[in-house]
Parts: sequence; structure tokens; C-alpha cells
Amino acid sequence: MKSYRSHKTEQLGSALEAQLKKELSAADMTDEELFSFAGFDASAAERGGYSNYSYWGATVRAFFQNKIAVFFLVLMVATLAFTFIQPYLPNQRDPITIFYNESGRTLSNLSPGEQGFLFGTNNIGQDIWSRIWSGTRTSLFIGFTVACVEAVLGILMGVLWGYVRQLDFFFTELYNIFDNIPQTLLLILISYIMNPGVDTIIFALCLTGWLGMARFIRNQIIIIRDRDYNLASRCLGTPTRRIIFKNLLPYLVSVITMRMALAIPSAIGNEVFVTYIGIGLPLDTPSLGNLINTGRELMTIPSLRYQLYFPVAVLAVITISFYIIGNAFADAADPKNHV
Amino acid sequence: MARYILKRVLRSMITMLIIIMVVFSLLRLMPIEGYFENYDKLSETQIQVGLTQLGLKDPLHVQLWNFLKQLASGDLGTSNIYRKGVSINTIVAEKIPVSLRLGLISLAIALALGLPLGILMARSTRTRWKLWDKFGTVFIVIIQAVPSAAYHILIQFAGSQGPLKLPMLFSQGNLTSYILPIFSLSIGNIAYYAMWLRRYMVDESNKDYIRLARAKGLPGSTISRRHVFRNAMVPLIQYIPNSILFTLMGSLYVESLYSIPGMGGLLVTVIKRQDNTMVQALVLIYAAISILGLLFGDILMAVLDPRISFTRKEGSR
Repeated sequence: MKSYRSHKTEQLGSALEAQLKKELSAADMTDEELFSFAGFDASAAERGGYSNYSYWGATVRAFFQNKIAVFFLVLMVATLAFTFIQPYLPNQRDPITIFYNESGRTLSNLSPGEQGFLFGTNNIGQDIWSRIWSGTRTSLFIGFTVACVEAVLGILMGVLWGYVRQLDFFFTELYNIFDNIPQTLLLILISYIMNPGVDTIIFALCLTGWLGMARFIRNQIIIIRDRDYNLASRCLGTPTRRIIFKNLLPYLVSVITMRMALAIPSAIGNEVFVTYIGIGLPLDTPSLGNLINTGRELMTIPSLRYQLYFPVAVLAVITISFYIIGNAFADAADPKNHV
Repeated sequence: MARYILKRVLRSMITMLIIIMVVFSLLRLMPIEGYFENYDKLSETQIQVGLTQLGLKDPLHVQLWNFLKQLASGDLGTSNIYRKGVSINTIVAEKIPVSLRLGLISLAIALALGLPLGILMARSTRTRWKLWDKFGTVFIVIIQAVPSAAYHILIQFAGSQGPLKLPMLFSQGNLTSYILPIFSLSIGNIAYYAMWLRRYMVDESNKDYIRLARAKGLPGSTISRRHVFRNAMVPLIQYIPNSILFTLMGSLYVESLYSIPGMGGLLVTVIKRQDNTMVQALVLIYAAISILGLLFGDILMAVLDPRISFTRKEGSR
């Protein structure tokens, strides 16, 4: 406590001193000049304040000041770019082809680097390197789709819920009922009932994912919908649509982007989870969940542990990057942090 | 107050009824293999007779009504594949104590470590280097961002392979085999409680009455103990009944990872074996537990915090 206070006092003192010195040195005029009348300058009265503030410019600048976030951004962009370029690179193998040697036996469980398999092969002789990147594509596709649906539905429902007073009761009761159902349970139930596949997982995750977003937007809109500037807009006869898009939603950009960025890793994590308990994606669709699951089964054999390490590492890089970038961007998008 | 609680209970009951109806109707869509132990060997007539015996040929609303009557008398049904002919009540009664024991220990550890960590983090935001805050934030970010699949596996792996040589799988008699599952179970909760306590304490310490207390010269430890912590705990209290009840159902991940014979592992097993009646019963138990947890949490919070008013509708905060 004390050290903090004295530290602050010191800081303030030195800042004041520096400012004083600067002002004194700027005024190197003689006493005569200093004590004469300045006179009236008409052009000076015309000079108005002007700011070249641009919201997105300031957001980007604030974001790039966060060095850790920039590091993860570079890392993530590199990983994403590589994920999509990888199939077009020369000498890539198909992720679901099983490889045989000359005598017709499968090339199973080759260790990394052996016979040109960069990450080795799995227990039935498939190339782990291409499986990992193909699996990352599947997982990212799930993540992005879920995040987009969540954002669109969440914003739409949240705006209706918050802005249209007649709907408030209906949505609130609906939310109270659905909020009581654990999401994991719903995910398990839907995956159990429907055919396993990418679309089932996306459906299950989208079904309730937007509720949290909608509630958040609703709360924010209720706070700001009757502020003076919105009241003024309404009195001037601005159409509701314009109020929503121009007055309300720009206020919420930071929270929306953050929730979207966080929805991606959580969707990927959920995919890994349902695949792990055996009702996720079928085995012939490579995904990070499938790879981790097969890797985990082989964990007891020390020489085969690489089959677990590689997918877990890719998963960790992707999710941590999204998480940190999402948080940093939300901070940067908040105009309060632009000063 | 009584009116609020009554309303809250009613809403929970409606939710539960909806869940029962939806789950029951959805599971009728499942393939009928899930009702027979040896489906492949049965002839068509045997299957038809079996279905009639189980009452699955009746119209849906009759089935649903029968099921509700059965539930009301406390009977969850019988298993068809997992342990054929055994009442689900018996199976669950064997599993709950295992999950409960592990869960309660890990919850106690999570509270004992998570709350002090949260307090330290919140208090260190007022010091120059914010060491605890930085350290705790890194920990929380890692736990939040890495999917639980990854860190549970790594914990199991690191604990069983390294110099520790702890048993990799759980066994009832061996106490050392409890360490890793308990650690896995509590680490997420530690991060959770620390994160929210820090958040609420930081919010609370910017309020005017705390600033006044500081201005009149109260020592920092008194402020944070007497004023900040108490008020910051109110929203957290809401989660504690939930956490306690959740230990009943175990953790899906941790239990199947360490092959613990508890509730969480049970759901995974019956899903893999496609035992429809078991899946239905377990899903309903899980739903009931989480609804009860939220209900108790809300009531507890309302009782503890006199500032919460009951005249306004909930949700119009």
C-alpha cells in the first residue's frame, strides 16, 4: 500500500516538474514582450478544435501495443495459413489413405521422421502429419461456423429482447428455462440421438450457444436504449433499424468480438469432448478430437506417445491464441482505452 | 420472500417437466437395438414381443404418462444392456458414493486454494508490481484456454510418468491413486473461484464506501477482510450449492480417464453401449441435479443478501 502510494506521488511530482520546465523554456521572450498587449487576432478566434480520431484506427493501434497479443496473432495467422496451404504443398499424403510397404503390410506406428513420414504414422498406417492438418481444418470449420451462427442469432435475439418491450417477458421466461439445462447434457443428448458428424455437432452447439450472447446484448441495450442521444434520435423520427445499427450496436462491438473469439476455442473443445466420449465425429473424419482420442489410448506405450503430443500441441496453440487475441482485441475495441 | 421462493420453485419444476418430456420423446427416436442385449440373434417376432412387453408399442402420450407415474413413485426404470434386468436405482446407488467422495474432497481443496488466490490477486492489483495478479492471471488463462481434454491428459501423464510415479488408474483401496483424479478435478475449480473472486473484489474495491474507508485510514487488510471480501463473496455463494451437487454426478472426463467407477464414467459407458433406458435415466438425474443446484443457489443468495429485492421481476436487473 505505502510503497504504491509513494511511488505514485513520485511519478506525479516528476511529471509536473517536467511540464513546468518545458513551459518555461518555450517562453524565452524578453520581459517587454511578455508584458505587452497581445492584440485581437480574428483568425485565431476561428481556429476550432479538430481531432483526427478514427475508431478502427485507434482500436488497431491499441491492439498492437499489446506485445503478447501480437505475438499470438502472428503465431495464429501462421498456423491458420499453413492449415489451408498444406494440402497444396508438394509431397503431401492423403489423410485417410492407409500406407503399405512392398510386401503388403501396413506401415503402422512409424516413429516421427521415419520413411519420410514427418510426424510418423498411426496404428493403422495413416500419415499423422496430414491427419493433423486435416483435423485442424475440420475443427476450425466447426469453431468458425458456431461462432458466426452464435453472433448472428445472439445479436438478433438480443436486440429484439432488449429493444422491443412486449417481447421482454416471453424471452426472459424462455431464457430462464433454457438456462437451467446444462449445455454439456444437451450436447451429449443430441449427439447420441442424431447421426454422428460435423453438422450434428454444429447443430448441437448452436442450439443453445446464442443464449448467453443474447442475454448479454439485451442487458447492454436496456442500459443504453433510453440514454439522451437515443431519446433525441427517436424524437427526430429516426427509424428503429437505424437506431439499432447506428446508435446501439457500435457500442457493443468490443463485447461481440470477444464473445466470438472465445466461442471458437470453446466449440473446438466441445468437439474434442464429445468425440472423446465416443459420440462425436466418426473415425474416418480426422479431427483434433479424434486424433487426441486415439493418441490417448496409446499413451501407456512410451514410444508411441508422439501420437498424443502433436495434436494436443496444435490444439493448445490454437485455443490459447484465440483466447488471448479475443481478450486483447476486446480491450482495444473499448473506446475508454483509446486515450 | 416466500413468494419469490415459491415462484422460483415453480419455474424449476416446469423446466424439469419440459426436460423430462423432451428427453423421453427424443429417445423414442433412437434405434430399438438399445432395448435388447442380443439384438442380432433375435427373430422379428421376438423383437416385436419384447417391444410390446416394454410398453414401447403404445402411443407416445400413453408411454409418457406411464413414465411420469413411474418417476413419481421414485423408480427410474431398469437397465436393458449395461446390467440387464437390474434396477437403475440400484446401479446409481452404488456409483454415487464414489463420485461424491472424490468430488467433495476436490471441492474443498478448490475452495481452500482458489479463494486465497483470488484475494491475493485482488489485493496485489493495488501494489506496484502486481506479482500475484500476473501469476494468477497466467494460471487462469492457461486453464481457461487449454481445453480440459488436453490438461487432464497432461496431468495424468505427468503425474504417472515423472519422478512421482503415482498410479495412473484409480483403484478403491489404494489411497495414492486418489491424488491425480482429485488434482484434475480441483484445478479447474481453483481457477474458476480465483478468477471470479478477483473480479468481484476489484469491482467492489472501486466503490465509494471502500474509498471512504481507505480515506479515513482503515488498514488495507481490514478493508479487504471486513468489507470487500464479504460483499464480493455474495455472487460466489450462488455457485457453491451447485458445485456441491455437481460432485454427485462426477466428471465425465476425469472419471473415464482414470476409470473411476462413478457417475460420470457411467454415462459415458452407457452411451457407448447404447443402453437407452440408462441414458434417459442418467440424463434426467443430471438435469435434476443442475436445476436443483441453481435453485438452491438463488435462494441462498436471496437469503444472505438483504439488498436483493423481491418486488421487481428477476432478470430486469
